Amino acid sequence: MTDSYEDVLTRFEPVIGLETHVELATASKLFCGCATAFGAEPNTQVCPTCLGLPGSLPVTNRAAIEYTMRIGLALHCTVASWCRFARKNYFYPDMPKDFQISQYDEPLCIEGYLDVEVGSDEGARTVRVPIERVHLEEDTGKSLHVGGATGRIAGATHSLVDYNRAGIPLVEIVTKPVEGAGAEVAKAYVTELRDLLRGLGVSDVRMEQGSLRCDVNVSLRRPGEPYGTRTETKNLNSLRSVERSVRFEVERQAALLEAGVRIVQETRHFEESSGSTASGRSKEEAQDYRYFPEPDLVPLAPAPDWVAEIRSSLPEPPSAARRRLAAEHGFSGLDMAQMGGAGVLDLVAATVAAGAPAAEARSWWLSYLAQQANERGTDPAELPITPAQLAEVIGLVGAGTLTNKLARSVVDGVLAGEGEPAEVIAGRGLAVVSDDGALGAAVDAAIAGAPDVAEKVRAGKVAAAGALVGAVMKATRGQADAARVRELVMAKLSPAE
Amino acid sequence: MPSQTGPSQGGPSRTRPTLSRAEVAHLARLARITLTDAELDRLVPQLDVILAAVARVGEVAAADIPPTSHALPLTNVLRPDVVRPSLPAAAALGGAPAVEDGRFRVPRILDDAEAADG
Repeated sequence: MTDSYEDVLTRFEPVIGLETHVELATASKLFCGCATAFGAEPNTQVCPTCLGLPGSLPVTNRAAIEYTMRIGLALHCTVASWCRFARKNYFYPDMPKDFQISQYDEPLCIEGYLDVEVGSDEGARTVRVPIERVHLEEDTGKSLHVGGATGRIAGATHSLVDYNRAGIPLVEIVTKPVEGAGAEVAKAYVTELRDLLRGLGVSDVRMEQGSLRCDVNVSLRRPGEPYGTRTETKNLNSLRSVERSVRFEVERQAALLEAGVRIVQETRHFEESSGSTASGRSKEEAQDYRYFPEPDLVPLAPAPDWVAEIRSSLPEPPSAARRRLAAEHGFSGLDMAQMGGAGVLDLVAATVAAGAPAAEARSWWLSYLAQQANERGTDPAELPITPAQLAEVIGLVGAGTLTNKLARSVVDGVLAGEGEPAEVIAGRGLAVVSDDGALGAAVDAAIAGAPDVAEKVRAGKVAAAGALVGAVMKATRGQADAARVRELVMAKLSPAE
Repeated sequence: MPSQTGPSQGGPSRTRPTLSRAEVAHLARLARITLTDAELDRLVPQLDVILAAVARVGEVAAADIPPTSHALPLTNVLRPDVVRPSLPAAAALGGAPAVEDGRFRVPRILDDAEAADG
């Protein structure tokens, strides 16, 4: 018998802690020059360094250090004046070196916070989530487990490893325990963090591609008591999963505690289909990584002027951008509530920041894209289109290169993974014919094909021009901008001067 | 937890660290090295001598000498974020004992006892 989440909260106070891993959007890996592009053929973005071949040595990517500092500073952290990478030793085939270069007791950024807004019936309230540390490490390779049920490691006969991901810079953002915070705060935090990271331009924060993933610690206590035993649910890769897994853990732990059963400190996995968590691999022996300072890398000592330069380049945080968005573009309270409710506020803000008019940005996210997200059962933010890409499409409509109908087709193409808007336009042959040379020829042909109509227009019967415009539109299979065609027709047929 | 009382945490630097037989056995297990009892009999005292030799360095380090982990007096050795060519997949996989579908094929990761927990 499990009480509902809301019932549990009347008796227990949840305490959560989140560890978020963010793949940085650098062009090359953290310690070598291999590319970081997602989706390449397996083991085609690897070299002696990220394969751990003898004699290879790591050299740190400056952009990865800067991105990590950007994240730390945006989270109000202090940047360490001196720190080192550490070697984390373990045998597991996802790291071919048999160790991972990470940071241990000397993270690059420490002690910050992120304010998040949580909606409730009584209106929005702000929760300050304290940040313990932001550190930089290399990502691991990707394993496919073969021979067991549904790709699980348990029961597998062997595994296949792709090291393209091994060595991609990965930032880990660790919160302190957040007291009295449950599923809503967990989701709001990850949402706010994702929007912040997107605004910083340091990651593409695609949860469905794994470039942002979350581990959530949950424990329960009765008011006034010390923290209870926590469990850690690993590798949550959508906002929904973050929220659902916390709700499930709160309900599960409460049922055990009410029955007088102790909570086991363990790692758990979230099962998307059932919305439940299951016990992971329990380890008899506690992990012993034998961290020591990485001997192949010299220490980092960011000079104060370097830190100051990065601080001064930080963009406006999403919360401030939201307030400005409402004020600047005249969004009403209802608009803001609609966009907030649909989870598109920051997407609209980012689209506007990328150059799109506010009304268009709002309309795209609230209608067409919200509908696409709904059909896919995902959040709009997890659609595979970025605000910058949408702004580009909107810009092309504004410039007359695309009609609204064609624009939707371009967006469909981007969503279908056909590439950047320009690639979709080329691939699907969608561009409005706006090249005056090509249009001019079509206009000439239309005039030559209907000399009587042309004569009427020349004589001042402007309405007759519609037949010529129609002929041109037909000849260009609807891909011309009708307004431009009309201009060209009128220019050609204007009374001789 | 035995691992938390390893050789590097033997108290103040002047104290000579010692290594117990259980610690050596634990370290060997972590390093996936199988040691027989006879080998432990021989290696525990030898490692102790090595540690003692290293500990002598601590004796000359006065309070004004900061601990160091690197021989080079350098910081911030960084490279620009520029992509360089990777190995061809065939070369990357060329040294692997087993390959399947363009990936490194590795033996089963969990043993039976661990798998039963999963």
